[in-house]
Amino acid sequence: MSKRFLAAALLFSVSLAPAYAAKTSLVVGMPIEPPGLDPTIAAPVAIREVTWANLYEGLVRIDRNGKVQPMLAKSWEVAPDGLTYTFRLQTGVKFHDGSAFDSADVKFAFDRARAPNSTNAQKQILAPIEAIETPDPATVVIKLKETSGNFLTYLGWGDAVIVAPETAENNKANPVGTGPFKFKSWTRGDRVELTRNPDYWQKEKTKLETVTFRFISDPQAQVAALRAGDLDAFPNLSAPELFSEFQKDARFKAVAGNTEGEIVAGMNSAKKPFDDPRVRRALMHAVDRKSLVEGAYSGFGQPIGSFFSPNHPAFVDMTAVIPYDPAKAKALLAEAGHGGGLSITIKTPQMAYASRSAELLSAMLAEAGVELKIIPTEFPAKWIEEVFRGKDYDMTIVAHAEPLDMDIFARDNYYFNYKNDKFKALIADAAKTTDEKARFAKYAEAQKILAEDVPALFLFQLPKLGVWNAKLNGLWENSPVPSNDVTEVTWSE
Amino acid sequence: MRGILRLRWNPALLVGGILTTLLIATALISLFWTPESPTRVRIALRLKAPLEAGLLGTDHFGRDVTSLLMVGAWNSLAIAWPAVLLGAAIGTAIGCAAAAWKGVADEIAMRVSDVVFAFPAVLSAIMIGALVGSGPLAAVLAIAVFNIPVFARVTRGVALQVWTLDYIAAARALGKHPLRITWEDVIPNIAGALIVQVTIQLALAILTEAGLSYLGLGVRPPNPSWGRMLSDAQTYLSQAPHLAIAPGVAIALSVLGLNLLGDGLRDALDPTLRGRDVPV
Repeated sequence: MSKRFLAAALLFSVSLAPAYAAKTSLVVGMPIEPPGLDPTIAAPVAIREVTWANLYEGLVRIDRNGKVQPMLAKSWEVAPDGLTYTFRLQTGVKFHDGSAFDSADVKFAFDRARAPNSTNAQKQILAPIEAIETPDPATVVIKLKETSGNFLTYLGWGDAVIVAPETAENNKANPVGTGPFKFKSWTRGDRVELTRNPDYWQKEKTKLETVTFRFISDPQAQVAALRAGDLDAFPNLSAPELFSEFQKDARFKAVAGNTEGEIVAGMNSAKKPFDDPRVRRALMHAVDRKSLVEGAYSGFGQPIGSFFSPNHPAFVDMTAVIPYDPAKAKALLAEAGHGGGLSITIKTPQMAYASRSAELLSAMLAEAGVELKIIPTEFPAKWIEEVFRGKDYDMTIVAHAEPLDMDIFARDNYYFNYKNDKFKALIADAAKTTDEKARFAKYAEAQKILAEDVPALFLFQLPKLGVWNAKLNGLWENSPVPSNDVTEVTWSE
Repeated sequence: MRGILRLRWNPALLVGGILTTLLIATALISLFWTPESPTRVRIALRLKAPLEAGLLGTDHFGRDVTSLLMVGAWNSLAIAWPAVLLGAAIGTAIGCAAAAWKGVADEIAMRVSDVVFAFPAVLSAIMIGALVGSGPLAAVLAIAVFNIPVFARVTRGVALQVWTLDYIAAARALGKHPLRITWEDVIPNIAGALIVQVTIQLALAILTEAGLSYLGLGVRPPNPSWGRMLSDAQTYLSQAPHLAIAPGVAIALSVLGLNLLGDGLRDALDPTLRGRDVPV
């Protein structure tokens, strides 16, 4: 008896023996492959999801809660008039090619991004800059033409990361930044591999040795790869209907967070009958957002009543402004002279969230006597040509992924064809307001205007359905900026 | 009616006939009646298993799967029939011309057929979709285009045989115009082979339509289609397998039925097989 017990104990201890050290590699899945690896020259979200905070760093960064934190600038002062920003830089920072980082690189990077021939996707964030001065290698002074309330936040985006003059040209294929990971290889159509940067300036922060981003567009294949252990994490799963299975599985952690993407059904306000706000309000009254989220996204995703991310501290829930009320919808339509019914079309991209939402909208609007015909419109090429540039549409549906992009409703010539001078003035005013409280109050007012005027049917916030190995810590649950920041990721035993 | 009764009945013909009749009957009934409206969304009843809500359950929007299948049958036939008939008409004309005039005309017709044959229906559907806009019309045209060379070849093959027969030689000797010979003497003789080919091509057309709709190139939502039901069902496979099984079985049975019908008709109509029935 005691012998057997001993044997069992021995066996037990043997099985425990390889008390292995924590894993130091990470394989992350993404649905879309980036077209290049330079976030300062093109818009696609996938570029930021590989590079931001991992390969490149900015003067400041956005943390997982959406707050601005110091990065390459260890501190800064803003002059009382809000027009002069003085940044004190970290010293001893090196780019991946070994060259030193200093104030000249900052000036170069921003001048390159705001140059007339630059293809930077968010040039307007650097537009207020009048001049950049570099009194010494560790100091940058940025002078603005006009105050910019979100200037520091903008500097934390991927569009404003610091690149070196020697290597900037080749960053698209061979990225060189100051981040904790260096570029190793890119197998087109399959994966991008990064390795630890041994000379990183905050060496103790990052535990991982290698990070691999794999690109898998098919939702079934994403799930299979996670189950097989080929992937350690999929921060943004494509198919919500497959997500709930992971919620029940103890091997995985499944977190439904928010992205910055609002799903809206834009209406062509320059075209009849959408030039009449009563018609737009009537259509909004006809939409049961809760059922829509249930049917189109398996219940994940927060219903929205205006165009502002719930991740942002200035967010106000506006879903009650125009609630689901089919009777009111019919009455408003009759008042606007469409009591006999209305027939409109919706140009619908092929993405599952869009086509499913369009089918549900079509069924819901039918209850209010509106016939909504679905016209499949291939995204991006055909959609950009017909809807975005051509403005040849009644209604369309797409997710707007950029953070703080409420100003699209204030832009002339944007595809909504929406004109509201009061809103436009308010947004311009908010952009210049440096006092946070005052700025947030203006954002709240702007949200209210959109909620009441409905230039687009505000449907729901695209969720970030993250699935990862239960032993993995440090991934982001929400994405206040498009990113897969893996710098704080660790494995537990 | 007497013609049908005179057919030599065989098991393939019987089973194929029954399945095809069921398909057509379902499609026709759907025009007048379905258990539920196929476009009625009931979020509270989404993803119900068969018999929990309706005979075959509900889909991801809570729509009744039975009703979707029935209207899907009609949509499937509404694309397959015109496509095959259009392809058959053009293909038969080309095949007959090739057989009647032979030589250069024949050579050109067959080489062009080879080229068209090289394009899969999906590829031509994408090209035609770019021209006329993707949708049911593009699907009909694409399937028709891919049927033209099939019928051109079959027609040419059987028509060439007919042209070697003595009474055709007699008709030519009398100075009858090749067009009249084709219309009065050749076509009635090859009609059986063409009918068989039409049934088989219908089966292929239903399969192709499902494939095109699966890729979003066929019938437009919310109008139901078997192909799109399958593609929608894909990601729900583990939660609601009936969503994939129902349209899958419908497509399989329809294609099987039409193929059996084609085989059975060939055995019953083909003059070269008639000798087999004679006891040795």
